[in-house]
Amino acid sequence: MDSVASATYDARGLVELDGTVPKISQIDGERAVLDARELSTRKINAELRWLLYEQGVEDVTILNPSARHSLGVGILTRCRITFEGSLGYFGVGLIDGPEVQINGRVGWSVAENMMSGVVVVESNAGSLAGAALRGGDLVVKGQVGARTGIDQKGGTILVLGNAGSMTAFMMQRGRQIICGDAGPGLGDSMYDGTIYVGGKIASLGIDCVEGEWTDADTELVERKFRIYGLGSPPELRKFVCGKKLYNYDNLEPSERKLVL
Amino acid sequence: MCGIAGIIYRDDGGAHEVGRDMTRMLQAMKHRGPDSSGYALYRPTSEGYVMHVKLAEANGNQDFEFTERLRRQRSDIESRMKSLGARIGKVDGRTEHAMTVTFEHDGDLKQLADYVEDVRGVEVLSLGRSLEIVKDLGDAETVAGDYGLDGFVGTHAIGHARMATESDVDIANAHPYWAYPFPDVAVVHNGQLTNYHQWRRRLERTGHRFQSDCDSEVIAVYLAERMANGDSLEDAMRRSLADLDGVFTYLCVTEDALGVAKDELGAKPLVLYEGDDIVALASEEIAIRKVIDREIETYDPYEGAVMVWTR
Repeated sequence: MDSVASATYDARGLVELDGTVPKISQIDGERAVLDARELSTRKINAELRWLLYEQGVEDVTILNPSARHSLGVGILTRCRITFEGSLGYFGVGLIDGPEVQINGRVGWSVAENMMSGVVVVESNAGSLAGAALRGGDLVVKGQVGARTGIDQKGGTILVLGNAGSMTAFMMQRGRQIICGDAGPGLGDSMYDGTIYVGGKIASLGIDCVEGEWTDADTELVERKFRIYGLGSPPELRKFVCGKKLYNYDNLEPSERKLVL
Repeated sequence: MCGIAGIIYRDDGGAHEVGRDMTRMLQAMKHRGPDSSGYALYRPTSEGYVMHVKLAEANGNQDFEFTERLRRQRSDIESRMKSLGARIGKVDGRTEHAMTVTFEHDGDLKQLADYVEDVRGVEVLSLGRSLEIVKDLGDAETVAGDYGLDGFVGTHAIGHARMATESDVDIANAHPYWAYPFPDVAVVHNGQLTNYHQWRRRLERTGHRFQSDCDSEVIAVYLAERMANGDSLEDAMRRSLADLDGVFTYLCVTEDALGVAKDELGAKPLVLYEGDDIVALASEEIAIRKVIDREIETYDPYEGAVMVWTR
């Protein structure tokens, strides 16, 4: 995989034409360090893939990501990736397997559609954190923006700070643990799944109701806090789907005929 | 999509290279909108006024008399200003289709601006003791090069990288918008206003002029109207959250303050760094990183946020 270049013409000056792998990382057995300061987004990702897929590296540290977008996207192997700095939009989206540590903040849509793996963000996250998450754990130690876990279909999102408006909008499965306050419209139009909130809630969204706390909830929350070394969890309340808008068990008119 | 950026130095009138800072921020967000780039820059307040004027569209129809017409417009503008008693200092025409006039004037500024805009094809982009608005087609480095902005020394600035959605790609529809005829107030906006026509008609009835079809212009005029009625910048911005419908994040600057407002859905992005010496904000963190090299903590303000910083 020396080159993935295909575009040759770019009238608006927005495409990165050069997709050659720079091969400048310092590789030490299964570990590698990449200084990304002078590299373009495309080259950073090409280098990361080259390290993980072709050089047998299992632990990569990326220095100076400088809040660039779309870094570490689509990595489908078990490995450890550490970013020493902030990521922009769409950081580590579409991944399946990696354990990612981000020592900075992230922009919009971090870990979007993650299938499995762990993403730990040391600082704040923008909106849409863990959008359409399918599995794995996303841990944000600061605050998150709006629409956290929109369309979430599995996995766990753990936020130590506050969350913005429409958190867990259209959530379908999985769990969210928000230790701080939640903005207006919490769990709006959720289908299923569980939201735990520690702080104040500005308002509940449509068809989101408070649920009954069980021992399984205590076990889950304590286990997640233990895994990530976050101390003892705060007092939490549980919210689930009220299922008043829930019509999936009803048959369509055409189907009803078939049954009869 | 559009990218917006703002920067204000908080060391009370200190001189900084805000032109160069803003170019770096906007260039880093070129992917959000490469159609046009705009700057609202503030230099330390001086005795005289600076007026930026657009004479023609950069991509408009350029017939055989184009150059001759520009020359006529220039002399018309100067003679009209003199007839109202303005004392013209320096006239700069670095770019063919634009003009910058430095002058002193004791009379009514709205009357002067109206009279200058009455020259055919002319639009007053900005007028004030410290505000200078520069906007043109192309990315930030192109515009900064054409207008020599890298050497601009001042206190604060906002900028805009535009991706045209609802109106044309030309200078008239480029941001920032000056809050005509309110000196030294400018606005950049990322989003869409859904009750634009309503507000435009309302404001036109009270005598305001609109130069473009862009929904963002209504924010500048709205704020100008509110502030003319005695609201502070912050009050006017707070009131705009209820009055304006749609999704938006906008920045507003005055002679000594920089403000930001976010709609009640929090649908448009904004990343903020608030330091003791400097406040920088942009649609994306990547822009802030271009002007602040040290490790900083940034965050996304929440829905309905209105914040104002003074220098």
